[in-house]
Amino acid sequence: MAGTKAAGTKPGTRAAALAGQMMAICGAANVITDPLELRTYECDGLTSHRATPALVVLPATAEEVAGVVRACAAADVPFVARGSGTGLSGGAVPHSEGVLIVLSRMRKVLEIDPVARRAVVEPGVTNLAVTEAARPFGLFYAPDPSSQVVCSIGGNVAENSGGAHCLKHGFTVNHVTALEVVTPAGEVTWLGDGTGVACGYDLLGGFIGSEGTLGIVTKIVVKLTPVPEAVHLVLAAYSSLEQGGRAVTDIIGAGIVPAAIEMMDALSIEAAEAAVHCNYPAGAGAVLIVELDGPAAEVEAELATVRSICARAGAQEIRAADDPVQRAAIWAGRKSAFAAVGRLSPAYIVQDGVVPRTALGDVLARISALSEEAGIRVANVFHAGDGNLHPLVLYNDAVPAEAEAAEVLSGAILDTCIAYGGSITGEHGVGVDKSRYMPKMFSAADLDTMQLVRCAFDPASLCNPGKVFPTPRLCGEVPGPRRAPHPIVAAGQAEIF
Amino acid sequence: MTATDLTVAGKALAGACPRVRAGTDADAVGGLVPAFVASPADTAEASALLRAAAGHDLAIVPRGSGSRLDWGPPPARCDLVVDMLRMDAVTEHAAGDLVARVQAGARMGAVAAVLASAGQEIALDVPAGATAGGVVASGLAGPRRLRYGSPRDLLIGITIVRADGTVAKSGGKVVKNVAGYDLGKLFAGSAGTLGLITEVTFRLHPLPAARRFVTAEFADPAAGCGAVAAAANSPLVPSAVELTRPVPGGPIRVGVLLEGSADGVAARAERMAELLRPGGPGAGEIAGSPPPWWPGLPDGGGGTLIRVSFWVSALGRVLEAVDAAAGETGLSPAAHGSAGAGVLYMGFPPEADGVASFVGALRRTLGRERGSVVVLTAPAPVRDALAACGGMAGRVPSLGLMRAVKDQFDPGHRLAPGRFPEVI
Repeated sequence: MAGTKAAGTKPGTRAAALAGQMMAICGAANVITDPLELRTYECDGLTSHRATPALVVLPATAEEVAGVVRACAAADVPFVARGSGTGLSGGAVPHSEGVLIVLSRMRKVLEIDPVARRAVVEPGVTNLAVTEAARPFGLFYAPDPSSQVVCSIGGNVAENSGGAHCLKHGFTVNHVTALEVVTPAGEVTWLGDGTGVACGYDLLGGFIGSEGTLGIVTKIVVKLTPVPEAVHLVLAAYSSLEQGGRAVTDIIGAGIVPAAIEMMDALSIEAAEAAVHCNYPAGAGAVLIVELDGPAAEVEAELATVRSICARAGAQEIRAADDPVQRAAIWAGRKSAFAAVGRLSPAYIVQDGVVPRTALGDVLARISALSEEAGIRVANVFHAGDGNLHPLVLYNDAVPAEAEAAEVLSGAILDTCIAYGGSITGEHGVGVDKSRYMPKMFSAADLDTMQLVRCAFDPASLCNPGKVFPTPRLCGEVPGPRRAPHPIVAAGQAEIF
Repeated sequence: MTATDLTVAGKALAGACPRVRAGTDADAVGGLVPAFVASPADTAEASALLRAAAGHDLAIVPRGSGSRLDWGPPPARCDLVVDMLRMDAVTEHAAGDLVARVQAGARMGAVAAVLASAGQEIALDVPAGATAGGVVASGLAGPRRLRYGSPRDLLIGITIVRADGTVAKSGGKVVKNVAGYDLGKLFAGSAGTLGLITEVTFRLHPLPAARRFVTAEFADPAAGCGAVAAAANSPLVPSAVELTRPVPGGPIRVGVLLEGSADGVAARAERMAELLRPGGPGAGEIAGSPPPWWPGLPDGGGGTLIRVSFWVSALGRVLEAVDAAAGETGLSPAAHGSAGAGVLYMGFPPEADGVASFVGALRRTLGRERGSVVVLTAPAPVRDALAACGGMAGRVPSLGLMRAVKDQFDPGHRLAPGRFPEVI
């Protein structure tokens, strides 16, 4: 039979053939080959995209990670890194013919330097665990995605995670000062040195948020922040999102940058109430949560201003809290929102668009119109301060037409965000979920230029391929007619007719 | 290049951009007089210009205000200086969104005036004459880096022109955005070696209503270093914690900047003064304006400027290393900078002897600490002498990756070649 490929040239088979090598590197107990067990890793927090990896390895050290990557590189086998698997864009969806490298065994806090306000941690450490390790020193780790109890720092680095407090406190990229990285070629190297001063190109800044496509993080040096002296929370209930939005505009206009400004609409309030009985004011069309933190003297002044602005905007009710228990109770409703809508609907799509804050009112009105047109409900939870929306598109997955309509509506919402000069993703990342929208936000030249960085780090395209960019860029291939025989022909395994 | 080559190249450039002229001595970069100086009016012209330059293998150096053109090693070639000053508009100021989009040649003083009219600012300590693109390309930061970071931390979008003329952008005009790779971070501090920056978008902060400076002097270095750390780590949230030590082994002066509301700042200043009390009589002094020694952006003054970066817990050891190097070489530079943010600078006049040895001694003593000793600018004889102890940049981690990135963006090595950090 002409054109038969020799056994072992199929990538999936090549990956499986590495099992022995991987066991030598990580120990047999830390290599998974059983098909049923492999399937447990088939998706991350985005359950709509699944792929079973050919092999799963769980290394314990940077050297083991490097060994695993070198083995993959030598065998031309793609690999994907996974932290806690809580990502919402499918960044850790495995390659079906590749190796999944799971970092959850690497979860030590290696060093804390409270005077320098730095901690060195392994990638599997959860976000909250970093804060808890820092707490005895009066410090905490500022970027706090809602999944912080579970999500890993390594994952945060990949996605440049933000959380509710990032308008004031910044993102992962503003709080990570060095990374030990295993490059796609399997070398261990440092990006940055922990000082926050870049020597040469800021590869550290370029790497953070690259969604696992430029290498695997094995140590993270984070910046720790002094615990604020005072924290105050204000909850204001309004009859409509528009009213709440006016309060937000006036707060920003008063020169205040709150630590967090969150808004929920009636549908999401209803869900949260059913789930955690947060006891938000009954009948509210919108609830605004404003958190202020900082030196006590500053927070007092800001609090008075925020309360008066909220009242002026027509609040039905205003509550304030400054002790941790009361504050947690108010936050509980907001933090439960995503999970809570599961009570309203068998299935939902959570979006992550961003629009300029001043366009929020118009965009929410547009989403409402789109929702009505499609006959699909949308619950809105959003970071009102930075324009990051999380529309929860609710549908019944037992009805195929509804699932499709929900997808179409989600797409229309993202199109709206782009039309208003925003972004397709504020914190969840592009992953597999939104790569098809990248050409709507960026030109071909933009995407090509970004991929120059990809080519510099990963010319062989083995590191989390197929994520972020819809069309991979060939690295260093000369376009035009082939000058040499095709490798498979040269190997005598096929003929060209 | 032959005279004919030059004529042909000149014609091509003029076809791309109406404002092209011959370079003069005043345009020299590192002693190299460029054949051409071009002033594009917008990104489209800049793109055509670079495409034309690519067609004639011209080496390019971008120029804003030119204030830091002599930093780093001089370029190996310089055929075309791209003068960005015609691109000086504030393209968009969305006050309600805390965002400003600015052309690369805009002067930061003019930008600040526009933003201030809405009670906002780009929270960087930069001279009024600096250009937005230059600020990003140089990556320099002043005292308020402690609270706000350096230019890369405030950059949310960028438009660049590649060596082949391709226009590309990343980021956008919303503060929260993780779509795609962040080219802005990569271009910050790249000194013109990866591409031409034509537009930048910054996130803004409200202009503080009031500010106070709290200063104290310490004879005992340990007390001084302790005060720096205590201030920088305080929940009073200082915007800057600066140090100056005019003489090695001599007294240390610490200055803390607090910004915020009038009442809030007054109350915090009292408490900061208490915090800085050097354990004896004389608390910190509070003032509404900076002390005379308060720095702006680091400046070379025609001589050598060294930057030491370190973890704040190592400040004492850094000052001891400076003392030791001073003893070895007989030089006694003042040490000054954002010690609370882990940065100190030392300057030497052009005629100083033994500067390279000083750098070598520092690098040896601080070899085990995390951080770096980098020579930001130096006269030619000092640069030559530095070759024996690690050059201007010293040990650069991931140099191979940096070279790979450079090769992707500028395969022909025509963008400020040899410039940065001396080995790219």
